[in-house]
Amino acid sequence: MRSHVPSYEIETPKDLGAALDRMANEPGAWKPFAGGTDLMVLLEAGKLVERRFLNIWKLPELKGIEITSSHVILGALTTYTEVRSSEVLAREFPLLCRAASETGSVATQNRGTLGGNIANASPAADSPPALLAYDAEVEIVSSRGNRWKAYSGFHVGYKAMDLVADELINRIRLLRSKRDWKQHYRKVGTRRAQAVSKVCFAGAARMQQGRIADVRIALGSIAPIVLRATETEKMLTGEKPSPAVRQAAQEMLAREITPIDDIRSTARYRQRVAQNLLVEFLEMLAT
Amino acid sequence: MPEGSGKIQVRCTVNNKAVTFEAYPMARLLDALREELRLTGTKEGCGEGECGACTVEMDGALVNSCLVPAAQVEATKILTIEGVASGERLHAVQQAFITNGGAQCGICTPGMILAAVNLLRRFPEPTEVQIREGLSGNLCRCTGYTKIFESVVAACGESERDA
Repeated sequence: MRSHVPSYEIETPKDLGAALDRMANEPGAWKPFAGGTDLMVLLEAGKLVERRFLNIWKLPELKGIEITSSHVILGALTTYTEVRSSEVLAREFPLLCRAASETGSVATQNRGTLGGNIANASPAADSPPALLAYDAEVEIVSSRGNRWKAYSGFHVGYKAMDLVADELINRIRLLRSKRDWKQHYRKVGTRRAQAVSKVCFAGAARMQQGRIADVRIALGSIAPIVLRATETEKMLTGEKPSPAVRQAAQEMLAREITPIDDIRSTARYRQRVAQNLLVEFLEMLAT
Repeated sequence: MPEGSGKIQVRCTVNNKAVTFEAYPMARLLDALREELRLTGTKEGCGEGECGACTVEMDGALVNSCLVPAAQVEATKILTIEGVASGERLHAVQQAFITNGGAQCGICTPGMILAAVNLLRRFPEPTEVQIREGLSGNLCRCTGYTKIFESVVAACGESERDA
């Protein structure tokens, strides 16, 4: 049943500073509200626990894609549609573009934001595996200042993040270092559009004379958080993606992930699909 | 249950007309359109952004109006199904839906037409994949989609004069 609409408050701060002050003065009382693609669904289900929101949707400080010689820096309010229409992202960060184009529908992509996808902290989100594969960093801002941190390690448990009550995700930064890496993204869901993932896979590898010189493997919907399979990465580094190595990597991956049964799929199915997607990636590397 | 902040005044443009309505800040744009502005062409389907029945344009971008709170409607331009035709003259997409049997029960049709109008503005000559993707957020339980797809194909090229 829908939540009681009159008991919610939304305030529109005039700028980022005003939003951060609000969050600092009453820590935990105000939650940021961006495109609403997650929060409004909770409202409809009667599960929107927080009552007071800061409407950050139009804050220019959180918008835009900045390109420097070393990085692409995405404002937290960058929508999936904006990700999809960026030429530099299409050229150098195809995993992120694939993730954006496979999230929801046109309407969802117009409103859903990267910062929101991170802050909603769903283990089934589609862009985080791509961000992990690219060693993304996030900039956290509060009235006390700002800090950059590796996105890997930002999610510390189911729906738990390295983010305190007065902090906001400001920007996401990608190092432009992987344009020559072989990259593979695959989302497995019930249908092509509008489905939440059963399993989502993002992989990137630097190949040297047929061997895996460096590799990133990240998956969604297979653990309480979106996960980088660091043990599998370690095992694969320096190897040729031969059938024997593929077999061993599958076994290693199975030990790293902890999928569960839920409304969308079963643990067994997810485990098998995650392994198959890894093999698909390694076969692609071998070609 | 804590008290909210009461209703707010929202000023925006709906179908090229400046309007003001009162709503709770978290009220859905969908409800404001239907109940405050009496524009009942926009339909409610799932209420959770899955089905696209409530699709409208906000500042030229397709949105699910069930997922937009009134507080974010301030100063925006909204286009609903009531604003798609020019007076008595139907938009090419609307005409194509009639000619090609693109509508049956009619619940998905307003959202479907908004999605198609928006698609043809972005891609005046869309590929088959672009059409399918452009409509992928709109569910229909009657037509099996084929006649809707054919309607959009028929409207291609016709729609530029209406844009």
